[in-house]
Amino acid sequence: MQYVTRRPIDVHALLSQVADPALGGTAMFLGSVRRGEDDGPVDAIDYSAYQDMVETEFAKIVEEAAAQWPGVRVVGAHRIGLVPAGEPSIAVVAAAPHRAEAFAACRHTIEEAKKRLPVWKKEIFTDGTEAWRNNDQPERDAEPTPS
Amino acid sequence: MHFREALSSSTTVTVTVRAFARYAEILGLETTTVELADPATVGDAVKRLRESIPNGHLLPDRPLVAVNSEHALAEAPLHDGDELALLPPLAGG
Repeated sequence: MQYVTRRPIDVHALLSQVADPALGGTAMFLGSVRRGEDDGPVDAIDYSAYQDMVETEFAKIVEEAAAQWPGVRVVGAHRIGLVPAGEPSIAVVAAAPHRAEAFAACRHTIEEAKKRLPVWKKEIFTDGTEAWRNNDQPERDAEPTPS
Repeated sequence: MHFREALSSSTTVTVTVRAFARYAEILGLETTTVELADPATVGDAVKRLRESIPNGHLLPDRPLVAVNSEHALAEAPLHDGDELALLPPLAGG
């Protein structure tokens, strides 16, 4: 299953991929485009990616989770292109026999995905201006797009 | 674009370079090739790009990079036909 998608994330499809009577606990993380007080008037985020590498790197992260928590099943999706504020851009679903492993594997996967996947975001503001945003960058210090 | 210069070594390696996001905007290109004397490293390729391409000096000395879709360091060797990706600071999620 491809991790990168240009369509809205289908949460039910992800849940169905991990559904198994032996897996009694399922944890899901959904990350959505935020327009909070510190973010400015974000209208949308335009995501781009090095898609081949995203696929191989995400597969590695999932393998690592499976090795660390045997029996856990992990899937995910990252939407690219223009994602409006309030809509999910990333999802991770982890199913395990019990909730502790499900939460742990889900947390591990989203944290590694944020650190390792070659994905970039350009914020689009309601006044039409744009700015690149890094994950380790304070909200009010976004890089303006070079003219 | 293709950057070639007289090389003292008889053997060279040619790598495809891909730039993404902000780096693609800065350089005004998404892909190019560089030819380097063998043996070559990621650092050699980055140095060449910084010196050869308009606005190349705006790239960091040691940008985040991947070789053939694997995260790599500046000291990593490059082989003929490799794909070197210049990755701006990651921002997924």
